[in-house]
Amino acid sequence: MLTKRIIACLDVNAGRVVKGVQFKQLRDAGDPAELAAAHSKAGADEVVLLDISATHEKRTTLADTVRRTARQLFIPFTVGGGIRSLDDAIAVFEAGADKISINSAALADPSLITRIADRYGSQAIIVAIDAKRLNGEARFEAYVSGGRNPTGRDAVDWAREAEERGAGEILLTSMDCDGTGAGFDCDLTRACSEGLNIPVIASGGGGDTQSFVDVFERGRADAALAASIFHFGLHRLGDLKQELQSAGIPVRRPC
Amino acid sequence: MIAVVDYRAGNLTSVKKALDHLRADAIVTGDPEVVAQADKIILPGVGHFSSTAILEQSGLRTAILHRINHGVLFLGVCVGMQWMFECSAEAPGIPGLGLFPGACGRFTESVKSPHVGWNSLTCHDESRLLRGIRSGSFVYFTHSYSVPVVKQTVARCEYGGEFSAAVEQDNLFGVQFHPEKSGALGLKLLENFCCLSC
Repeated sequence: MLTKRIIACLDVNAGRVVKGVQFKQLRDAGDPAELAAAHSKAGADEVVLLDISATHEKRTTLADTVRRTARQLFIPFTVGGGIRSLDDAIAVFEAGADKISINSAALADPSLITRIADRYGSQAIIVAIDAKRLNGEARFEAYVSGGRNPTGRDAVDWAREAEERGAGEILLTSMDCDGTGAGFDCDLTRACSEGLNIPVIASGGGGDTQSFVDVFERGRADAALAASIFHFGLHRLGDLKQELQSAGIPVRRPC
Repeated sequence: MIAVVDYRAGNLTSVKKALDHLRADAIVTGDPEVVAQADKIILPGVGHFSSTAILEQSGLRTAILHRINHGVLFLGVCVGMQWMFECSAEAPGIPGLGLFPGACGRFTESVKSPHVGWNSLTCHDESRLLRGIRSGSFVYFTHSYSVPVVKQTVARCEYGGEFSAAVEQDNLFGVQFHPEKSGALGLKLLENFCCLSC
């Protein structure tokens, strides 16, 4: 049986994993290669490395970070953050990423999705969407530039277009829930998951075990992203999967 | 020496990295003459079946078939395994090697496609490739097309119906999943392949 995936996300700034509160007060949390391997061992089904470096100079270390992290990682490895062109994507793939995630660049030029898919296959491209609820309605707008700028696009419509253009998965972040730990936005996740024929990864709001049960059952998510360094200790990741299994959610155990 | 065949398929570096981790003597090559001297051949692959057309144009298909006929151990991964069958609905004009009977088809519309994630195997006992890997083990898949269960199937998987997760006959091996991305179990499978003798 196909299991529900728990994906560990590492935020990286200038080659180091950082944790902070909503991107402020960043504190050093360790080496990406070591932490990725530790998460794999603790039971993460995949690892996402998200480059949040503020400046271009810091970002140039990304390929090296990806190379070092990929060397000892034998589970799927996604890299996102600051990939703006096919050349950026090629550099990250050649450094050892299995998949890349693009967000603002895809909205600015949707043909980028197709160009990456044509070269590496749809399974290698994830389109990330930051979505915000419209005035309490069950409708959602896509935002870009780290959630700073509204696009006027309906998030689910955009996800559908991304699928048509060749995206293999959607990484869907609820801006309303992100950082709260109070639970995922199951309405958003379900609208996207039921409207698409590709897997949807839910992100934003993960907290207790029940929040993950809810997003898999009510939200119909195929996978859930846990900003594990932020919300969890490594032990918590293993416990989470055990508790999900007890709750009847199919997960990969033992890992 | 294990030749990892380079035909611009995506997961070459992943496969090479896993073999390096196992300290296997492996090289990545797109040169038919190097393939012609390999003791073992791995054909990785992820993406579109049409990418296998380059194997024909480059002379790699002939070199691979020649070595297979001499009993060299061959492992096809994902599209590499699909290519060992007759053809694929993904690229109807491009023939496979026809080493196994049947055609590769798309998943039914009852399930999402691609099939992405960790799914469990139902293994047959007699497999050399899967030695030490039990039924119920989870491995990582990412694909939109699959091959049916055939006589040579040694592991099955369920996703909108049953399909072949692994096939095996004599010196020929194929896996639909990605051992290089399947954690410790995947490394075990690759180690089995590295240790096999003809």
